[in-house]
Amino acid sequence: MKFTWFNLMPWPDLPADFREKNRSVWVDIDQKLFDPERAHTVYNTYMDLLEYAGQVGFDGIGVNEHHQNGYGIMPSPNIIAAGLARRTKDTALVVLGNSIALYNPPVRVAEEFAMLDCISGGRLVAGFPVGTSMDTNFCYGQIPSLTREKYAEAHELIVRAWTSREPFAFNGRYNKLRYVNIWPRPIQQPHPPVHIPGGGSVETYDFCIDNTYSYSYLSFSGYLRAKVLMQGYWDRVAQRNAPDASPYRAGFAQTICVADTDEEAERLYWPHVNYFYNRCLHVYPGFADAPGYRTIKTIQTGALSQYAPPRGGYTQLTWKDLVEGGHVIAGSPETVRQRMEDLAKGLNVGNIFCLMHVGDMPAEKCMYSTKLFAEKVMPHLRNIFPDYADDDRFWCKPLKKLAKAGNLPSERDAAQAVAALV
Amino acid sequence: MMQLKTVQTEHVPVQYLEGGSGQPLVFLHGAGGMTTGDPFLARLAERFHVHAPFLPGYGESEEAPELRDMLDITLHTLDVIDALGLENPILVGHSMGGMIAAEVAALAPNEISRLGLICPVGLWLEDHPIVDIFATLPFEMPALMFHDAEAGAAILTAGRNVSDPNFLQTYLVQNARQLGMAGRILFPIPDRGLASRMYRIKARTILVWGDSDRAVPPVYAQEFKRRIKGAQLVSIPEAGHMVTLEKTDQVADAINRLA
Repeated sequence: MKFTWFNLMPWPDLPADFREKNRSVWVDIDQKLFDPERAHTVYNTYMDLLEYAGQVGFDGIGVNEHHQNGYGIMPSPNIIAAGLARRTKDTALVVLGNSIALYNPPVRVAEEFAMLDCISGGRLVAGFPVGTSMDTNFCYGQIPSLTREKYAEAHELIVRAWTSREPFAFNGRYNKLRYVNIWPRPIQQPHPPVHIPGGGSVETYDFCIDNTYSYSYLSFSGYLRAKVLMQGYWDRVAQRNAPDASPYRAGFAQTICVADTDEEAERLYWPHVNYFYNRCLHVYPGFADAPGYRTIKTIQTGALSQYAPPRGGYTQLTWKDLVEGGHVIAGSPETVRQRMEDLAKGLNVGNIFCLMHVGDMPAEKCMYSTKLFAEKVMPHLRNIFPDYADDDRFWCKPLKKLAKAGNLPSERDAAQAVAALV
Repeated sequence: MMQLKTVQTEHVPVQYLEGGSGQPLVFLHGAGGMTTGDPFLARLAERFHVHAPFLPGYGESEEAPELRDMLDITLHTLDVIDALGLENPILVGHSMGGMIAAEVAALAPNEISRLGLICPVGLWLEDHPIVDIFATLPFEMPALMFHDAEAGAAILTAGRNVSDPNFLQTYLVQNARQLGMAGRILFPIPDRGLASRMYRIKARTILVWGDSDRAVPPVYAQEFKRRIKGAQLVSIPEAGHMVTLEKTDQVADAINRLA
């Protein structure tokens, strides 16, 4: 199993009446709610927490890309990952990912990911999301029904840029480049492992299967509701005669809160879970799914956008709803272990993106939950898929010997060395 | 009664509604699409030989993935006119269809000599943003599209069984097909450079606008009038963006002036 500690980086100060007073947490969120000076502390605390997760033994630390979003103040995950690369040692940097249709030209992604791979010594796990409709269409103005074509072209360009050893001309529909010749290129060969976040598009299943990429379902609605969608993926894996059904072909995001007991978990974490589900996820349904963004085939499978209003409308969700419904896995280490085992086996997923910072959770509670998970849950889940213990196709392969950050000689040694030269 | 027919073009077979007799007239529908029973088409057919093609993706028309941008769609429209065997038809368009019609008239000024633009899009005035139909929920539509929201809601839901469990999926598929295509020229801002090409329009032009158009405010009527030489504006009181449904006769009378 590979556990990646994820931080969406929510803004922690959305007011209690946010839902009533605002149309959306995303796209047209009120500028007045953002405070740049406060953000200075928030960013640094969030990056500290990511580094802490690396120290306590998570396999990876994860960042993602959202725009104009009150629950994800990370329009550039690469900036955060670059900061993390310097202060972490052997943890994978899971950038899940760059919305490649939004970069102009997308060789920028090939370059920045190559930089991250070089700086971190081959610790990059790359992600290529199509991007939500909110990000891609409404914030970044991409034409909905052309987004996928542009994405496919960007993907082709990036992989060619990573793997070519000669400058080449790329005559795409959306990118005309006479000399593609990225410098640097990534350490990992032929290129860093790729994870693709998807929300149930058949096309995305096939794309992952065909390219040996891991399919990640990044939902906030938990593992019980994910069964149908993930089964759709595994059915497709079988249908298309993939050589195996390795659990590492799939990833899943899950909100997790660990405490000493189930009761303590509710007491400690309910306010923050409530903040996330009832405030942060308040997305105006008109932004959920620009017409043309999803393919007809996908709509016909009946998969509704995960940002579409829940059936039955917007009633406030309670702790009981969220825990019993599996949106949140919370409780004592034993409770969490059992449910995580159900999740991994039930969905057949080997990559877990652990959403352990939730809503406006303060650092100390987040550290407590993180440490309990790392020490009392993770070790018991390590060997759920012994048949695939050696499957390293979907994870990074760092250099044996990594350079250390902050490793300059002392000023005296430097002066002496220079003196010896002159 | 309009008849549904098909004509082959370079890309896809195009469905169109045909009816009436008289001078040839081509009508281009708006982003919301068009129905066989459209009262405005029936009214036009009393005087003209009406041809109303569905943009690919609309109605039962096949989608045409290769039509990606304004030029593709403008040329496709000329292809359709050509395939229908029409010479110098009166070209009329509503909303998105008006934008396409204006583009056609600018691109082929010697082929189009009479132009009817019914509250077209295609221009952008910073102080008067056009409504974002792509982020508008179905229940918000009537108030934006009609002078009389209540009557408009009844028109929009007529013939639809909203309690049918399959309704949502059918609706989503139709919306994705239609607005997916419309988005190629309207998303996120319905301006593809028409302003810089309008000087080429030679057609005698009638502009029609509802006074209470909240989707594309009537200030745009002045802008179109200013930019098309000799254009005449017919303003219609107590009518919104769906002026062809709200004031069918008055719009038809205005278009009749092009005869």
